Amino acid sequence: MVARQKIPELICPAGSLPALKAAVDNGADAVYLGYRDDTNARNFAGLNFDHKAMVEGIRYAQSRRRQVLMAINTFAQPGRAADWRRAVDGAADLGVDAVILADVGLLDYASKTHPDLRLHLSVQGSATSYEAVNFAQREFGIRRAVLPRVLTLAQVETVIRHTTVAIEVFGFGSLCVMNEGRCWLSSYATGESPNTVGACSPAKYVKWERSPGRMSTRLNGILIDRFADDEPAGYPTLCKGRFEVDGATYYALEEPTSLNVLEILPAIAAIGVAAIKVEGRQRSPTYVAQVTRTLRAALDELARGDRPFQAKAAWRTELAKVAEGSQVTLGAYNRPWR
Amino acid sequence: MSQGFSIPRFKLPRLFSAIGPHLPQWPHSLALATALNAAAKTGLLPADSLLPLEGRSFVVEVIDAGGQASFCYRDGLFRPLLSAPTAPDLSFRANLSAFLQLLARQEDPDTLFFKRELSVSGDTELGLVVKNMLDAIEWPQWPVLSSVTRFRHQPFD
Ligand code: SF4
Repeated sequence: MVARQKIPELICPAGSLPALKAAVDNGADAVYLGYRDDTNARNFAGLNFDHKAMVEGIRYAQSRRRQVLMAINTFAQPGRAADWRRAVDGAADLGVDAVILADVGLLDYASKTHPDLRLHLSVQGSATSYEAVNFAQREFGIRRAVLPRVLTLAQVETVIRHTTVAIEVFGFGSLCVMNEGRCWLSSYATGESPNTVGACSPAKYVKWERSPGRMSTRLNGILIDRFADDEPAGYPTLCKGRFEVDGATYYALEEPTSLNVLEILPAIAAIGVAAIKVEGRQRSPTYVAQVTRTLRAALDELARGDRPFQAKAAWRTELAKVAEGSQVTLGAYNRPWR
Repeated sequence: MSQGFSIPRFKLPRLFSAIGPHLPQWPHSLALATALNAAAKTGLLPADSLLPLEGRSFVVEVIDAGGQASFCYRDGLFRPLLSAPTAPDLSFRANLSAFLQLLARQEDPDTLFFKRELSVSGDTELGLVVKNMLDAIEWPQWPVLSSVTRFRHQPFD
């Protein structure tokens, strides 16, 4: 028998009950979800779970031995700390497997009030060094940290080597570079951002304007991009707009693209990453099924370990198809510069 | 990749889009409004997520068929509109194959949007409400429908 290689867990997004079931049915090890309010960073109209759907979702996943992680990963707003605390209490009562938190005040509350509740440090918590991860472990007893999408693979490895906290990284999905969890571009344009209201570039500020042969995207009246009819589009976030810089108009910050680690899965497993996360709670059950199924197949192939891992063309095509702007990138993982 | 039946990407011949607009649009609107009311009545469309739709008007345009359906949601019912509103609160535009792929949950709306096969205009937040409402529907597992709408763990080979 060939020893099976240890592979990262697959953590998949659930913005609705059908999406949760799609993730579980297609091989996710864990799903992450949030309440239908601004305590999580995908606070979009009509998305997420009310109490009834939450109970049903947790039952569905846990009865199939999959874990449920609840994201309470925005920052408690002035005068409303009780809402965030209540969310943590609710998660503990419901028996989720872990909560994903960013706010240090809330981490402190959760660790003191619910000592048995497993805590994960959210990507919004912005821990990019092992010192930051170890601090959160020492102070709040976090068991896992999700690293922001700004580190190279070598930097991820350095973090892993210097901590006993399990490390989760992003494996697939729309790229939000977030400037280490501190992006205020959305606030600049609209006064609202992921850390405050739980959404980047909230829909109420977005206008798609169609004119013959092209589509323009406006965010709170600001023109952020214009597409010809055959050009792939992306989400209406400022970071993915085209701007005029020194007389040239181009994607000055980031292109509409999705992160995809398929090609470097073996390296990710080898450095000891505990889990990979799929972005996209805002997307439909179809996307969740497609991405989960593809990454499950790839991870299972990697786990066999009896032949060199090779990404199959069908996996690549499936992932590129659902990607933002219909293209994928390795993002910061393989950037030569620091 | 879907098991069994899969809807290909296709485009109806130009003939349809040439004739379509000259046909009365009222039957499409009536058919769609009736189907939506039936879905609401059976609880497929949850009452609380219908609330934000109150008083809003919608247009669904099937480009290659040259047809469109216009309706509004008023006093808890979807009602067909005899003529298309000049400025609907929300409109969706796509070819027939894209709408079918969406309904069968074979493609994701954002994917179709990124690929420019689906366009949305009007009130973007209302669009999100509608999209999320449709995503949250738990389709009943009818034998025929289930082969199209259910997801199973199908390993690649
Ligand atoms: S503007 Fe871009 S980088 Fe900033 S929060 Fe939004 S998606 Fe992320």
